[in-house]
Amino acid sequence: MYKIVDKKNLAPNIFSMDILAPRVAQSAQPGQFVIVIADEKGERVPLTICDYDTEKGTVTIVVQSTGCSTKKMAEYNVGDYFEDFVGPLGQPSEYVNEDLNELKKKKVLFVAGGVGTAPVYPQARWFHERGIDVDVIIGAKTKELVILEEKMSKVAGNLYVATDDGSYGFKGMVTNLIEDLVKNQGKKYDFIVCIGPMIMMKFVCKLTKELGIKTIVSLNPIMVDGTGMCGACRVSVGNETKFACVDGPEFDGHLVNFDEALRRQTQYKSEESEKGGQHVCKCQQGGAK
Amino acid sequence: MDRFKRTPIAEQAPKVRSHNFKEVCLGYTEEEAVAEAKRCLNCKNPQCMTKCPVSVNIPEFIHEIAEGNFAEAAKVLAKYTALPAVCGRVCPQESQCESKCVLGNKGDAVAIGKLERFAADWAREHNIEVATAKEKNGHKVAVIGSGPAGITCAGDLAKEGYDVTIYEALHKPGGVLVYGIPEFRLPKDTVVKHEIENLKKLGVKIETNVIVGRTITIDDLFEKGNYDAVFIGSGAGLPKFMGIPGENYNGVFSANEFLTRNNLMKAFKDEYDTPIKVGKKVAVVGGGNVAMDAARTAKRLGAEVWIVYRRSEEELPARAEEVHHAKEEGINFELLTNPIEIVGDEKGWVKGIKCVRMELGEPDKSGRRRPEPIEGSEFEFEVDTVIMALGTSPNPLIPSTTKGLEVDKRRCIVADESGRTSREGVFAGGDAVTGAATVILAMGAGKEAAAAIDEYINK
Ligand SMILES: Cc1cc2nc3c(=O)[nH]c(=O)nc-3n(C[C@H](O)[C@H](O)[C@H](O)COP(=O)(O)OP(=O)(O)OC[C@H]3O[C@@H](n4cnc5c(N)ncnc54)[C@H](O)[C@@H]3O)c2cc1C
Ligand SMILES: Cc1cc2nc3c(=O)[nH]c(=O)nc-3n(C[C@H](O)[C@H](O)[C@H](O)COP(=O)(O)OP(=O)(O)OC[C@H]3O[C@@H](n4cnc5c(N)ncnc54)[C@H](O)[C@@H]3O)c2cc1C
Ligand code: SF4
Ligand code: SF4
Ligand code: FES
Repeated sequence: MYKIVDKKNLAPNIFSMDILAPRVAQSAQPGQFVIVIADEKGERVPLTICDYDTEKGTVTIVVQSTGCSTKKMAEYNVGDYFEDFVGPLGQPSEYVNEDLNELKKKKVLFVAGGVGTAPVYPQARWFHERGIDVDVIIGAKTKELVILEEKMSKVAGNLYVATDDGSYGFKGMVTNLIEDLVKNQGKKYDFIVCIGPMIMMKFVCKLTKELGIKTIVSLNPIMVDGTGMCGACRVSVGNETKFACVDGPEFDGHLVNFDEALRRQTQYKSEESEKGGQHVCKCQQGGAK
Repeated sequence: MDRFKRTPIAEQAPKVRSHNFKEVCLGYTEEEAVAEAKRCLNCKNPQCMTKCPVSVNIPEFIHEIAEGNFAEAAKVLAKYTALPAVCGRVCPQESQCESKCVLGNKGDAVAIGKLERFAADWAREHNIEVATAKEKNGHKVAVIGSGPAGITCAGDLAKEGYDVTIYEALHKPGGVLVYGIPEFRLPKDTVVKHEIENLKKLGVKIETNVIVGRTITIDDLFEKGNYDAVFIGSGAGLPKFMGIPGENYNGVFSANEFLTRNNLMKAFKDEYDTPIKVGKKVAVVGGGNVAMDAARTAKRLGAEVWIVYRRSEEELPARAEEVHHAKEEGINFELLTNPIEIVGDEKGWVKGIKCVRMELGEPDKSGRRRPEPIEGSEFEFEVDTVIMALGTSPNPLIPSTTKGLEVDKRRCIVADESGRTSREGVFAGGDAVTGAATVILAMGAGKEAAAAIDEYINK
């Protein structure tokens, strides 16, 4: 059992939690993820590691409640326990192993979309702690869905916010903002790291391919075990089939077949609602634990 | 009594069982078990034993059953196998012990497996304690993986007084016994859980949700955990795909995914959250136990099912009993047939499978006749789900994070017959070493390794 020691609401339907899991905290690196099972009957839900504190032994997750399992998790509060919590899974970000002096010469842009802002924060901080200030774009549908702006501003070089409806910051999609930065403001980037909804990553990659800027994306396909055992997470990268949970989750975005990835993500959508129709999900009952 | 005729055993009727997940075989009653045991000739030179990978003293335990000493029978078994209730159910008996029973020459071999299962079930139901642990000897051993290899190694060491901790990547212990083999062949809440409880009674600690190579490493175990030795029983869980066009369409699953969702995550029960997608028409590609299990699971979830296998019936690697049960349950067999493409609809969901008929040519390296495609025999049939059950290989995670641990071309960990690897103090056994094999072989390897670890620590 894994204790929830802190919980914050970041935006409507987006919350963060600190979970006590010392061994995971000890081994975690930027780019990796965990799998959480809320209760005995729960499913294995993959979530990016958004922060970790080796002293307190905690791992921070940020969750957007979209369906049955994430809504169930939202019912949990400080002092409650999750049944299972396993990680860290996947490969750490590529730059973690790069030569620091080489890295210091590079201009890096992070593009965060929605709940994807959470995993970008520790990565930006990782650079900041090593004396590298990266540019960060936070994109959201509307002002109230912009999360972690203040924290991010402390570790980012330039922080830009874009909202689709223009209610805050730049008006438009993150792709419009990237284009503006590169084409109008003369910004140059050696590489971009983009984390957000699959559809956003697809369009960012389409643009950066035209602009000729290498782009790393963090994929979030359907997963079961997260250890390479089931193949549910397979994605086509450069015409090769990869298991995102062990080969990724970060990949060269210009090689990813996003149309296939988007399609595969929908595999259980209808099933879940069918199932939800037959029985009452725990989350709909109001959080039995 | 006809000495040459096997005592019949009760099974759920095919029409009934193909709609539920309860165990197919109901087991012998006490009277039936005694009657069957009495058929055994108690041979002086029992040939049956020569084909049991762990050399169970078969006539001895069967004799106890014949005498009505069921608890004694279980105790005899416990000397050789840590998991008799499991082996009695899933061992390929027809090609092992039972294949050499002398009665088989003239009639039916003694039902060794069914009797083994009977004795083990009886002992469980009557709370007979079959094993006890010696006093703690102060040495610590870490076991990675809680499948048959890990369970056996941990149990044997605990009995010798070692302080044993099992580290398991998944959230439930049992390995393939829990995530792979379905409920209708191996009940989880009774049989498997009981074996795990027995381990705990021996003082073995089980830590789930620990992925060795990620959460901790083998070096951590030695340096921070102060373990004297480590046993790797991490199995062969990596699924293979065929590499044919269309394999990433929605609706194509590995058997591991399909079975894990159903067995480990209990998707077949409404009150569990994990979904499973089965469709109306399912093709299962492959002919081993895994293929039979996936096919029979899909059937129970309401689908019409075809097994697609490239060789003929004779070469089916699955246990004869499982093939027989699958046929009884109405699984269709497309033998000498090989898929060449999976066909999708405009939205990227599976709508059919394109196959080619095969014929058997010259024997290949394995001695089996090599299947070759018959030109012009391509055909397509309609399915909405394809399950790939083509075999599995060991996961590279542990070797890739453990310096000096040698693996072979097939990515199997290299170990000698006692389980010693290229790293001092590190032992390995089961599917991680042999590639996908059987429960009894994994158990045997766990047992050998336990003895070698004991020797290593005491030298
Ligand atoms: C590596 C990785 C990192 C992720 N990081 C985050 C994160 O930091 N924050 C966050 O909010 N979300 C993250 N996700 C996505 C999150 O796992 C899914 O949103 C969640 O599993 C959806 O479950 P649901 O039932 O609440 O929602 P729904 O969207 O309603 O999903 C319906 C059903 O589809 C299936 N499903 C959908 N997505 C997944 C999935 N990824 N894995 C397994 N099954 C799935 C499930 O059966 C689910 O019940 C991540 C996913 C991956 C693979
Ligand atoms: C569907 C199916 C049906 C089968 N039917 C039969 C049958 O009828 N008869 C028969 O004899 N055999 C059968 N087998 C084969 C048999 O189950 C295996 O040979 C046997 O389970 C191997 O045992 P093992 O202990 O080596 O590995 P496994 O049972 O695979 O156990 C390995 C364990 O290690 C864990 N693990 C892996 N990596 C790590 C890590 N890095 N850190 C921590 N833990 C880790 C895994 O999660 C798993 O729990 C079947 C197999 C399958 C898949
Ligand atoms: S362990 Fe398996 S092979 Fe050995 S006697 Fe029992 S059923 Fe037969
Ligand atoms: S060979 Fe057959 S009859 Fe002889 S001891 Fe073995 S089981 Fe009994
Ligand atoms: S999630 Fe199962 S192999 Fe990646």
